[in-house]
Order: sequence, then structure tokens, then C-alpha cells
Amino acid sequence: MKIHEYQAKEILSRYEVPMPPFEVVDSPSQARAFAERTGAPIIVKAQVHVGGRGKAGGVKFAADPDEAERSAADILGMDIKGLTVGKVIVYEAVDIADEIYIGVVIDRASKRPVFMVSSAGGVDIEEVASATPEKIHRHPVDPQDGLSREEAAALGGAVDPRPDVARRIGDVIFKLWTAFNESDASLAEINPLVVTPDGDVSAVDAKMLIDDNALFRHEDIAAMRDPSLETDETRRAREAGLSYVKLDGTVGCLVNGAGLAMTTMDVIKHFGGEPANFLDIGGSSTPEKVVTALDIISSDPGVKAILINIFGGITRCDDVARGLIEAFERRPLDLGVVVRLTGTNEEEARELLSEHDLVTAATMDDAVQKVVEMAGRAA
Amino acid sequence: MSIYIDEKTRVCVQGITGRDGGFHARGMLDYGTNVVAGVTPGKGGQSVEDVPVFDTVREAVEKTGADASIVFVPARFAADAVVEAGEAGIELVVAITEGVPTLDAARMYARLHETGTRLVGPNCPGLISPGKCKLGIMPGPIHERGPIGVVSRSGTLTYEVVDGLRRHGLGQSTVIGIGGDPIIGTNFIDTLEAFARDPETEGIVLIGEIGGTDEEEAAAWIERELDKPVVSFIAGRTAPPGKRMGHAGAIIAGGKGTAEEKMEALKAAGVPVAERPSEIPELLSGSLRG
Repeated sequence: MKIHEYQAKEILSRYEVPMPPFEVVDSPSQARAFAERTGAPIIVKAQVHVGGRGKAGGVKFAADPDEAERSAADILGMDIKGLTVGKVIVYEAVDIADEIYIGVVIDRASKRPVFMVSSAGGVDIEEVASATPEKIHRHPVDPQDGLSREEAAALGGAVDPRPDVARRIGDVIFKLWTAFNESDASLAEINPLVVTPDGDVSAVDAKMLIDDNALFRHEDIAAMRDPSLETDETRRAREAGLSYVKLDGTVGCLVNGAGLAMTTMDVIKHFGGEPANFLDIGGSSTPEKVVTALDIISSDPGVKAILINIFGGITRCDDVARGLIEAFERRPLDLGVVVRLTGTNEEEARELLSEHDLVTAATMDDAVQKVVEMAGRAA
Repeated sequence: MSIYIDEKTRVCVQGITGRDGGFHARGMLDYGTNVVAGVTPGKGGQSVEDVPVFDTVREAVEKTGADASIVFVPARFAADAVVEAGEAGIELVVAITEGVPTLDAARMYARLHETGTRLVGPNCPGLISPGKCKLGIMPGPIHERGPIGVVSRSGTLTYEVVDGLRRHGLGQSTVIGIGGDPIIGTNFIDTLEAFARDPETEGIVLIGEIGGTDEEEAAAWIERELDKPVVSFIAGRTAPPGKRMGHAGAIIAGGKGTAEEKMEALKAAGVPVAERPSEIPELLSGSLRG
């Protein structure tokens, strides 16, 4: 789950990561008031879930309260890559002598978190990684032991030769690790961690991604979910225990199993159709779940036909068929539907479905070809 | 021979008194698996489907000689259950549970590495050596014994492929679902190494999907080390970037982990890649002949 910069900073503040005091505001007058209270230049930054805020004009330096108010007025309501800016973060501008990158991320290949630090902070770390990889120090973290203070100190020393500055950087590294570990993050980075002319450190930007699987044990972080991250349909699907991703095509699909659902989309494309969505109904296809799934898929006006592709596995196909029939009775559809059921009792299932005027197919290829043709005729 | 499990494997079902645990214990017993014990803390002394239930895995191992375990425990407790099995001397733990936090998975993998225990999963359907042992939730009837090893990140997509193999007379030595999460205990190379050593396995089907680099690493390993023919299918060519497609590990992140990259890597390593699952049996027969 994505969280905003200001939310990541809230979490990191709890771990005493040094940073300029900040507020989140949604009006230019509040930005002005913050600048007046601060009595110094401030930064005004859009809080939206896309990268490249700076390039889009969503990050501004404001030398005085007038500029703060103008900057906030410019940025609030701005469209950045399709998202409208509703909030900005404001914080005192920090004098920059050096900019450091520190970050920790889950590395799938080594099955561990990996810490990365670089003296090339303040820029896109992916670019540093491809252009000058030698500037990034990577340090795998033992998942059971975690990062020790000694390791954190050593990493601080790797990016700054001055002992007192290195110590301060190492301290922030240790705190970032602790926040990452205790929050069940999949990514936590501070870029840049500014080193001031006095040798102090300050986290000017912060980013965290939280493991969706762990939200059950972080109610406070789960509450940080931004409704703009989801459409109504995606939220409804999530709440019903379905996985749903909307695409742009005309052939809707409802499938049991994520791999099979992705494959169904691929085969639709292969036979000349355009998939309208990904939807994994999961293990148990109860009538309630099917109704919800059909509702979500058919709420997209672009959908012209729907393929239901179920590999019965242990679930008996005639049970699934009865569930589908009940769902269609509760929610009759004006769209063409093709049902493919494979598994135990599949012949009985297909007979049941044909009795209710539903088009059936025995194989996935056959089902996809039928539904692509149906969608083509309906367009 | 098959890999990891055979007719001698003695299975403990953790979470056997729960709905899924009991249901799938029955399914495994019906298949002929030696389910010798169940474990649910606090329910020791009961029995489920005539299988004795113990409070701890250690007790189950001592009393029944269980050497493999399958975990049907909710996500918030699954890592503890897996680690308990590893520490109790279980050799192979299959974690069925979906939704295990990633840091839990990293920690349990590290611990089981220390105890010398093989972990399969989490978020997987398990594995089956047809005719010998089912340690999972897959439908037995679509499997039949034969020379093809199948390794997959999926559940129902695996069944789809296996069903296709069966209809073409291509039986399976072992079918293993390694799971859909970003951190899993057994990956493609681990499984390919085992298939390479297995005299019963003559050809292999590798079913991948978007996310991570496991398929690319497998491709490089296949080219260097593997003589047996491999055929592949990769799901998610039409997946949009940046979106999680059901499985926690199925996400194209920062432009990396696309299906196209994986297909290219496999083809470059000499592995035929099917355009759709129905092409797999013929590609495989071709490779086995040639």
C-alpha cells in the first residue's frame, strides 16, 4: 500500500528521525500561516501518489509568506499525471551541504531486506544504479537478527568520512531500519537525507510502501489508505475478497486463480479480443461472490461480453453451475456470457447451464474464441 | 522416483481441526497419502478422520515419525507454525496459507535454512507425486504418473496445464506449486536441480508469471546446467505495469519483471515458450522426441 510523504514522515517521526517540522494543509491561507509561524523560507510540495512531482511543478520553494500562499494556490488543484492535488506538505527549507540516499527494500532474489546508501542523494536512485552503480553501497540484512547499530554506523561511514556526521547518518539508518521492520514496510527510503553546513542531518523527503499482507497488524497504517488510490469498484472488490484490475477492453472475465486469470486475459488477446479486466474470484465461488464480481465487471460500460473461466479442481462443477445460475437469477445481465467449467461433474454442469440458456465451452481456447466473437458482434 | 515426496513420506497436518485442514486431510487420505498426525495446539488427544491430533509438532514427530508437514494455519500465525515444524525436525514443510506478511516469510525462510528444512510456499497449492503422495490441495484425478516434472507459481493454472498433459498421455513425476508470493521457500532453480537428479523425470514444464526475476535466473541455469528438455508458459503478457495481479508477487515493478522479458530469457536459453497453455503438450512432445 502506498502512503504519502507526510504519512511516511509521521511514521518516521515516531522513530525520532530528524526532519524539518512539517504540516499538511489544503488551503493557501494555511500555507501562508505556516510560513508566518516559521519565519523562514519553506518548501511546498504536492501530496499525490505519483512520481515526478518536481518536474510537474508540484514542488516549490517559497521565500516568504506571500510566495507560500501563491505556491500553495498554484499547486493545490493542479493535475499531476491524472491525479488532482488535494493536499500539500509544508516544511522549513533546510540548508544543503550534501545530499545522501538511504533506503531499505525487500530483495526477492536473496529473500532478505537490503539496505542501500549512497552519497549521490537528491536524484533518482534508479539512475544512479544504472549510471554509477559503484556509488551505491548495498548491505543485506539478516531477517532474523535485523540491522545492528554497528552495521548502521559502518554504513554511515561509507557515505561520509567525517566521524561525527557519519555517526549521525548511521543513527538515522538504524532508525529507518527499525521503522521499516516494525511497520512491515516493503520499502522505506529517505532521499535526500540532507547534511547541513553544520554537519547535522535532516530527512527532507521520505517514502514508504507497506506490505498489504501485513496491514491486519497495523490498524493505524491501514487507516492511512488514500481513497484516491482505488476506484469504487476496486474497493468493493477488495472488501469482497476479490482481486480486480480494470483494463480498457470489451471482454470481461471472471476466473478462479490469479495465474489462470492472467492467462485468460492473455488468451483473449491472442484470439483478437481485448480484455476488459483481471478478476480472480479466489477459492470459493459462492453465489454472493459471483454476483459481486458480475456487478463490478458489468459496471464498466466498455464490457460487451463476459467469460467465466473456472477450473473446478476440488470444487464440483455442478455446484459452481448452480451458484452461477442463482447469481444470474439475482442479477440478470444484458451482456453475452460464455461459461467454461472444467473438473469434477463438468458434463452435468454444462447441461444445467444450457438449460438456463447459457453458452458453454469445454476448453479455454474454445471459450475465449466464443466470447471474443460475441463481444465483436455486440460492439 | 519423483522429487521431495513419495510413497514413504509421513505427513503431519498443522491446523487439522480447522475447516480447510480437516477437508484437505481427508483429500490427502483419499489419495493414499500417509497422513500420520495432525497438530492443533490445545486439541491434543482428539482425532480427525481417524488421524491422531497432537498439541505440538515435536510430539507428533516423536509419536508418529512424521517427516513432512502441511500448514493450514491463518496468515497471522502461519510463520510461527512453519518455524515450529522446522525446529521439530520436519524435513519438508508446505505452507498453503495466502497472506503471510513478507517479513514473516523472510524470517521463516531464514530459520528453516538454519534447521535444514525445505520450505515450499507460502501461498501455494502444494505438491503431488502421482500414484505415491499428495501433499497439497490439488485435485488428484487430473494427475497421472509419468515422466514429466511440472513446476509452477500458480494454482489453478497448474491444474489447467496438468489436465492438458494428461489428455495427451503425458503423465507426471511430480507437480509442484512453488507459490505466488514475493518470498518463497523453494524457487525454480531448486526444483529444476531436483528434477535434473530424478531418474523418473524426462521432461519439464515451467509455468511462470510476471514479477521478480526467478524465471530469468532459471533460464540462465538451464542453459548452463540442464540436459533435460524444458518447455515453458509465462502468464501476464497483458498485465499492466505497477499493478498487483492477485498474487502478492505478481507485479511489474519499476518496469522490471514483465512476461516478455521472461519469455525472451527462456527462449535465449533454448526453452520453447508456449503462446497459450494448450500448446504445451505438443511443444513438450517435440522436445522429448528431438
